[in-house]
Parts: sequence; structure tokens; C-alpha cells
Amino acid sequence: MHELSLAQGIVEQAVASAAQADAKRVVAVHLKIGRLAGVEPGALLFCYDDASKGTMLEGSRLVIHDVPLVVWCAHCLREVELPGVQSLRCPTCQTPCGEILQGRELQIESLEIEP
Amino acid sequence: MSQTRIVQVRAGILKKNDELAHALRARFEAAGVFVVNLVSSPGTGKTQFLERTLGDLVAAGVRTAALVGDLETDHDAQRLARSGAPARQINTHGRCHLEAEMIGEFLGEWELSTLDFLFIENVGNLVCPASYDLGEAMRVALLSVTEGEDKPLKYPTMFNSADVAVITKIDLAEACEFDRAAAHAAIEEVRPGMTIVEVSAKRGTGMDDWMTLLHARRAAWRRLREVPAPA
Repeated sequence: MHELSLAQGIVEQAVASAAQADAKRVVAVHLKIGRLAGVEPGALLFCYDDASKGTMLEGSRLVIHDVPLVVWCAHCLREVELPGVQSLRCPTCQTPCGEILQGRELQIESLEIEP
Repeated sequence: MSQTRIVQVRAGILKKNDELAHALRARFEAAGVFVVNLVSSPGTGKTQFLERTLGDLVAAGVRTAALVGDLETDHDAQRLARSGAPARQINTHGRCHLEAEMIGEFLGEWELSTLDFLFIENVGNLVCPASYDLGEAMRVALLSVTEGEDKPLKYPTMFNSADVAVITKIDLAEACEFDRAAAHAAIEEVRPGMTIVEVSAKRGTGMDDWMTLLHARRAAWRRLREVPAPA
């Protein structure tokens, strides 16, 4: 369970960014989490409530935007979105695709603040 | 209700770890030490495999050392020290993975330029260590024949983040009715083209292949970092 570490990292950075923007309060934090990032959203939301207590982020919403797994198919010569993370294979031509273009993100995108 | 506004952040959640890992990698490269991060479930045989690896390298006159992470106890460092290579224990006290900060702290003033290889044995866990870069040059995911051939499909993030897969306890394959082809196929499914080595640290099976791979990877890594001579 590394979601608590992740939640603490989110809080630390969001507090710094919010302070820099002269925020009075943070209403929401938007994340981009790739399908292959290995994060359990439920656990992250649970840990976030705890990690944000007593900070400017207390009571804010944590909004998780899923990023699909997208690979490069060297046979079809195009980007393909994969339906799951258990098979890195082009659904059209069945070629194994090792080049990942998207899906590993663990990113804080933006904050919604009350100035 | 007061007006809200959007502030763009666009920063990695693990930015702090990534920055520390980046600095460690630069330090390892400057010292010429090839760092290997070993990850697996608990009970795969990481410590036994590493003890054998260190012993074989020491016997061949290769300068090597290890850092080993565990929740509690220093049993693993004691076991590894039997190989003759220096080993330091990192106790994470409940943390389920190693982080770059811990590596920096436990390396302390260790003179890294006296080493050819440094092995980091991560905490036994196939989920969390995947996200934490330790500045390593090579990540190795281990899987034992007693665990089930579909493990890579259950933990795709970890296997996908690794450079090499090592199948351990291969001496027990027959007794466990281990389906070798199915295991290779599962690895290929989540990490196309990944190199796979099969070993028994107890019997020594496959250790030559593993040694060859280690030396080849280190040589390739060094070549990449060589400054070309001025024309």
C-alpha cells in the first residue's frame, strides 16, 4: 500500500502550489493517473482524506482522471489504445507492442482554488 | 458561493523521489558503479539469489556490494554478508517499498568508485516498488516456479517497469508442474521482448547465464556513457 505515500506527496505539492497562488482554500485537486501506474483509486481517495487533514486542502475533492494505455503498433504504424493492461498486443494485428506512449502517468494536473 | 479559479500544476506526484533518484543515478554514473534493483514477492528467493550472485562475483574478483530493504530485522544483511561482499540493511519500519531518499541515506559516504556492481534488494512486494525509481541502471523482477505462471499478468505494472525477468527455484520446476512456456508467454504479454533468465541459486543452474548478462549489461551501460575522444 503505497497510496499513503502518494497522498502525502500530493498534499505537500498542492499546498506549496496553492500558497504560491495566494489561495485561501483549495476546493479540488485534479490528477492524471495512467492505467498502468499501479494505483488503486479507492485507496488513494481514502488516504487523501487523512493526509489532507489540518491543511489548506482539508475537505477538498480529489478528482482522478484515468489515462488509457496507449502503445505504438510498429506493424499498423499507428497509436493504439489497449482495452486492458494484461496484454500489450495490438488488438487489430496481434503484434506485441513494447513502446508505451501513455498510461504510466502519476501527475498532479491542476488545483481549483478560492482566492 | 465565491468564485474559484484553476491553477495549473503539471508535476509528477513522485517528483521528490524522481529528483533524488536522478541525483543518485548521476552519482552512480560518475563512480562507474552499475546498480541493480531486485524486486519480487516475499518468498521468491531474492536473498538466496543475491547471496549466490555476490558470492560468485566476489570469487571472480569483481568488486560488489549490496543494500537490502526489509520491514524489520537485519537477517538478510547478515545472510548476504556471508558472501564476503559488504552488505547494509535498510529497515523501512512498515513502509512497503524502498525510496530514493533511503538509498541516499544508507549509502552515506560509501566510496562508490571502489565498486563495479551495487545490488539493491527491495522489500518483498510486487506492487509498490514499481513506482519508485532508486537511480538504478537495471531493474530485475523475480518470479519463482512455486508462484504460478500467470503472476506477470496479475502484476503488469511491476513486470512492465523491469528490464529483465529472472525465474528462480528452477530446480523445483518439475515438482511444481511449472509450465515454462506459459510463464514465458505471460512475461512476453506484459513486457514484449523482455530478457528472461532461469536459475536455481541453490544448485547453481543458470548462474553462468545470469553472470554473462550482468557483465554484458554493465559493459553496454559503460559504452553509452563513454565520452568520445576528441577528433
